[in-house]
Amino acid sequence: MGTTAGRYRVMRLSRRFEETMHDQFGDGQVPGPLHLSIGQEAVAVGGCAGLRTSDAVISTHRGHHHCLAKGARPDRMMAELLGRTAGYSGGRGGSMHISIPDIGLIGTNGIVGAGLPIATGCAYGFQAQARDDVAVCFFGEGATGTGAFYEAINIAALWKLPLVFVCENNQIVELTPQEVHVAGELWRRGESHGMPGVRVDGNDVDAVADAVGAAVVRARAGDGPTLVEAVTYRWFGHYAGDRAAWRVEEEVQQWRERDPLIRTRAALPAEQADAIDEGIEELIGSALAFAQQSPVAGPEAIFPNHYASAS
Amino acid sequence: MTTTTDVPTRALKVWQGINQALVEEMERDERVVLVGEDVGRPGGPYGVTRGLRDKFGDLRVRDTPISEQVLVGLGVGGAAVGLRPVIEIMFFDFAMIAMDQIVNQAAKFRYFSGHDLPLVIRTMAGAGGPNGAQHSQNFEAWYSAVPGLKVVMPSQAADTKGLLKSAIRDDDPVLFIETLGLYTTRHDVPQVDEYLVPIGVADIKREGSDLTVVATGRLVDRSLEAAAQLAEEGISVEVVDPRTLQPLDTEAITASIRKTGRLVVAQEATAQYSFASEICALAVEECLSELKAPPVRVASPFVNVPTPVPLAESRAPGVDDVVAAIRKAMA
Repeated sequence: MGTTAGRYRVMRLSRRFEETMHDQFGDGQVPGPLHLSIGQEAVAVGGCAGLRTSDAVISTHRGHHHCLAKGARPDRMMAELLGRTAGYSGGRGGSMHISIPDIGLIGTNGIVGAGLPIATGCAYGFQAQARDDVAVCFFGEGATGTGAFYEAINIAALWKLPLVFVCENNQIVELTPQEVHVAGELWRRGESHGMPGVRVDGNDVDAVADAVGAAVVRARAGDGPTLVEAVTYRWFGHYAGDRAAWRVEEEVQQWRERDPLIRTRAALPAEQADAIDEGIEELIGSALAFAQQSPVAGPEAIFPNHYASAS
Repeated sequence: MTTTTDVPTRALKVWQGINQALVEEMERDERVVLVGEDVGRPGGPYGVTRGLRDKFGDLRVRDTPISEQVLVGLGVGGAAVGLRPVIEIMFFDFAMIAMDQIVNQAAKFRYFSGHDLPLVIRTMAGAGGPNGAQHSQNFEAWYSAVPGLKVVMPSQAADTKGLLKSAIRDDDPVLFIETLGLYTTRHDVPQVDEYLVPIGVADIKREGSDLTVVATGRLVDRSLEAAAQLAEEGISVEVVDPRTLQPLDTEAITASIRKTGRLVVAQEATAQYSFASEICALAVEECLSELKAPPVRVASPFVNVPTPVPLAESRAPGVDDVVAAIRKAMA
């Protein structure tokens, strides 16, 4: 994802993945909650641009874009969301429980803030094994309200862990606006710990890639963690079905006009962009077909994978 | 019985068994790390981990800030990327702070990902020092009710050493509950290179024919003492130590109950919604026709743990309480 075309392609994939799943949700085909990241794609794609497979990404309840940017297969993700046996968790987990350690995706997560301790653990694991891999922890601004966030930034700074904190500030926490949740400036939260902080335009994929990329290089070199605040906007409600009726329509419109996909697409020759879009439509079509052809997970699917001996 | 006369043994305190297990496993496998509050320099509040930091360095024996959520997260994330971490939560009471990481994260990692999570969470339970109501509790039943977790609670030094080694080699998250009141008790430990006790296997600490006592933690030795007393009156008591609470060796426990027809369950925890209740349910569901008397639970009263040691000790069930329960079941 070092090129504009590569970055646009993954953002487009994420956008079309979620639009397709949103449609499926509307048709009653998604047997679980669906948290859409539409509008926030540049944070995930820019954030993962400088990563390799052995690096770890820790995601959130709103994490389809992180999964796809880290290399998850859209067909198996769709199968998971549709409750099919070919899904990453056999169709039992759904959107908030996709975890693929083989590609360094240490999970989306149903508990806000819970990824921060795990990311700290991944970074400690790399450090203790003298690996030069890094952990990138995505979390929303809502997660900075948890104690786990402060525990994590303290230990990460204290131990100079190879960890990049990416605060994906989409300006709405669940069902309430940010002013209900956040005091002060998020990007400065690490300051008193001696941790560099930076705020970037989270709708500019190259700006995110540059900021997180520099932090990744720093972490890989053993120079410790960085906090990156990427300011973006959530187009939809907290979950599919939440109309977020309290929001001012003009605000939503303003942010839609700052669509990260339009901005990145504009930097590409039109023909190339069209070709990418066509390729993604084919990919989404075949992924959906794959998911729909997979059997619906039945009652027997709930039993495996609780313990090693019975896996 | 775990020990046999063929193998040379050495009397060790329980804490020494833990220390030996950690040293042996860390020497055997460099992926094993020990992480916790005060585990390095001071060797823990009771000296259980003394000497380890000097031996293995401060990356593998890592003192942490007072941050229980991240502490367990270090284990979850570390295990997810190739370590085999042993996390120490100083007092079981502090595990409440890390409940999300233990219950919502560690226990569900395999369920979501299909991948191993070789993580041991060591902690210390029960009364035994002047520690009070926030440093003395027994929560083993809570965690034993969580799918995806294994819960080990040994009582004697040999079991403690052998089970800790097995837990470190296990590919599932294991909550390893040590009992404060037992740290300095001494038992024979076989002196062999690879002393492993399997997880999920109960041990009959004393054979008998009239009544089965299923006991955990400090109540194992106390039940053995009660059994010795009652043997003088001609009452033959069998003492079963499950050693692992999840998965529970139901076969060994029900076999003993069927043989004797009488059951006492003895534990330091309070009785309501407890391990003892689980064993009574097992007996009623599986062995009702063989039971000659209703099962009896021996447990701490449903009150908090007081700080002064004499008061704390008066709360915990003693040998006399076990004797009285056996008499009741024999009547």
